Amino acid sequence: MWSSLKREIRIGVRQSSDLVNSLFFFLMVLSLFPLGVGPGADTLRLIAPGVIWVAALLSTLVAMESLFRNDFDNGAIEQMAMSERPLALVVLGKILGQWCLSGFMLVLLSPVVGVTYSLNGAEILATAVALALGTPTLALVGAIAAALTVGSRGAGVVLAILALPLYIPVLIIGTSMIAAAEAGLPVTGYALWLAALLMLALAFAPIATAAALRVSLSH
Amino acid sequence: MWRWFHKLGSPRSFYLISNRLLPWLGAAAGLLLVVGAVWGLLFAPPDYQQGNSVRIMYIHVPASILAQSGYLLMATAGAIYLIWRIKLADIAMQCVAPLGASLTFLALVTGSIWGKPTWGTWWQWDARLTSTLVLLFLYLGVVALRSALEYRESAGRATAILALVGVVNLPIIKYSVDWWNTLHQPSSFSLTEKPAMPAEMWLPLLVMVIGFYCFFFTVWILRIRSEIIQRESGTEWVRGVAGS
Amino acid sequence: MLQTEGLACVRNGRQLFEGLNIQLQAGELLRIEGGNGTGKTTLLRILCGLYSEYEGEVHWELDHYPAYVGHRSGVHEALTPVENLRWHGALHGEDISDAEISEALSALGLGRHETGMPCGHLSEGQRKRVGLARLLLRPNSAWILDEPFSAIDVEGVDDLIGMIGAQLDRGGVAILTSHQEIALTAPVKSIRLRGTE
Repeated sequence: MWSSLKREIRIGVRQSSDLVNSLFFFLMVLSLFPLGVGPGADTLRLIAPGVIWVAALLSTLVAMESLFRNDFDNGAIEQMAMSERPLALVVLGKILGQWCLSGFMLVLLSPVVGVTYSLNGAEILATAVALALGTPTLALVGAIAAALTVGSRGAGVVLAILALPLYIPVLIIGTSMIAAAEAGLPVTGYALWLAALLMLALAFAPIATAAALRVSLSH
Repeated sequence: MWRWFHKLGSPRSFYLISNRLLPWLGAAAGLLLVVGAVWGLLFAPPDYQQGNSVRIMYIHVPASILAQSGYLLMATAGAIYLIWRIKLADIAMQCVAPLGASLTFLALVTGSIWGKPTWGTWWQWDARLTSTLVLLFLYLGVVALRSALEYRESAGRATAILALVGVVNLPIIKYSVDWWNTLHQPSSFSLTEKPAMPAEMWLPLLVMVIGFYCFFFTVWILRIRSEIIQRESGTEWVRGVAGS
Repeated sequence: MLQTEGLACVRNGRQLFEGLNIQLQAGELLRIEGGNGTGKTTLLRILCGLYSEYEGEVHWELDHYPAYVGHRSGVHEALTPVENLRWHGALHGEDISDAEISEALSALGLGRHETGMPCGHLSEGQRKRVGLARLLLRPNSAWILDEPFSAIDVEGVDDLIGMIGAQLDRGGVAILTSHQEIALTAPVKSIRLRGTE
């Protein structure tokens, strides 16, 4: 598992264009909304929670699309499936490696985002915590959809159709957490909910992803 | 029990058994739907608040119930296929997805039509409507995945995994949507808290629900039969059936 | 070492093969012949456990999973050959030293120059050799090779035939698909897939 994680990070750093693209995508989506709805600070604060999360959802999808594609095409997935270690753990390492380079970067970017959407310090902190707890869940759930669609035609769109409905709980709790912070309410409860979802995803998503990859190898 | 399970699992015996079952099921569906519709639309009393617009309930409620049980049936068929590799389960799953999606769509449309006179708007982000919409998305995902995959043999297992993932997520999604809804609109008119229905209203509703179930199974079996014929078109017994 | 009973596979409604009984003893080579689209690759993948839409039985008597080198070499183009092979060892929970890796690579004709650069810069044949180097790094008693001789030059073919010979001498088995004859002293079994219509 750790070696797969390290491998994923090494590949990600060498082929940094993919990674940089998904981050730019995140920032671009975020900068389009002020252009669309106007620059008023009140409006931006109102829409910030939803917009930040929708952008995170979409950029996770962009990152997920390439999660297995390369390794599927070059045959590395076959080798993983024939490994003497459980495929679910190998896959978990891969997903976490990918998250370090995509989801975690969104967490690091949250101060920038917060400032442009005129959030204050405590609100930015809530945003960062929400993203840190929510994006791994998005990556884990998205990996199932990515594994099901890898190697099929029109994989990108189908991936989005499969994954987005499953993202709804994280979207709802994540936005509520930022909105609660804006209203000056306590946010710990939301963070615990996100953490609970993350635990569920950690326990089950790798197994489903591994099963889906084995099916995809039979195409 | 096991032998019976296996026998029904073979496409051929399913086809032959369903031959005998189908006329009864179809007749029951027709009868119940006509009785329920006439009873519900003409003889059942109007609601004291909503008036005659409540009668759309006789379509809307059965459709929503079936939309949900359709997904459950699909996931069950998927699980059976993943565990026992029974071909019929794969066919059944493939055939139930578009059917369930259409019923979900029907539930949404009738819900929206019902919403117009009661809420004064076609669409309300009501918790039930929203989760039905998500259910439609989940159905569409299954249909989309099936059509994106080229090889029939493995497409069945892929959609089965997706259906199972969906069924595990469904309660979480439903719960979060309910919670989101109470957070955002604390006091909207709710369809869920109706006054207890009198028997003259729920009896025709029950007839309609059972009628919808019969109709659902009739169409499902018909679809399964045509899929079986298509898949097994090379075999002896299909030629025999076609010849007779 | 390998025994299959009544192996049959249908792909997209088309019967690829049926009633396939294969028996392979230690030290034997099995060559699968057949035209394009007759299911050679599918058969290999069934034997590897990668493809599960089949009927019939496959019995292996092995300590480790078979090693598989397919059309796709399993080599990531952003990593160097050494990194690729080290990851592959780790995949099976084994820590393989750099010395072992460069020994295996040089046995396949890859020098220090090639092993230091990302595989994306290597030619197709060189990438294939990196994939084949996996065979030397793990003690698999069964090798399953899909068109191992394609894309590599005459010297490489000789190296590979030598490797296969040594594997059979050790009491291992090898199963491969190939369009060319293989000059080996070891016993060669062959089956031919015709495709059924």
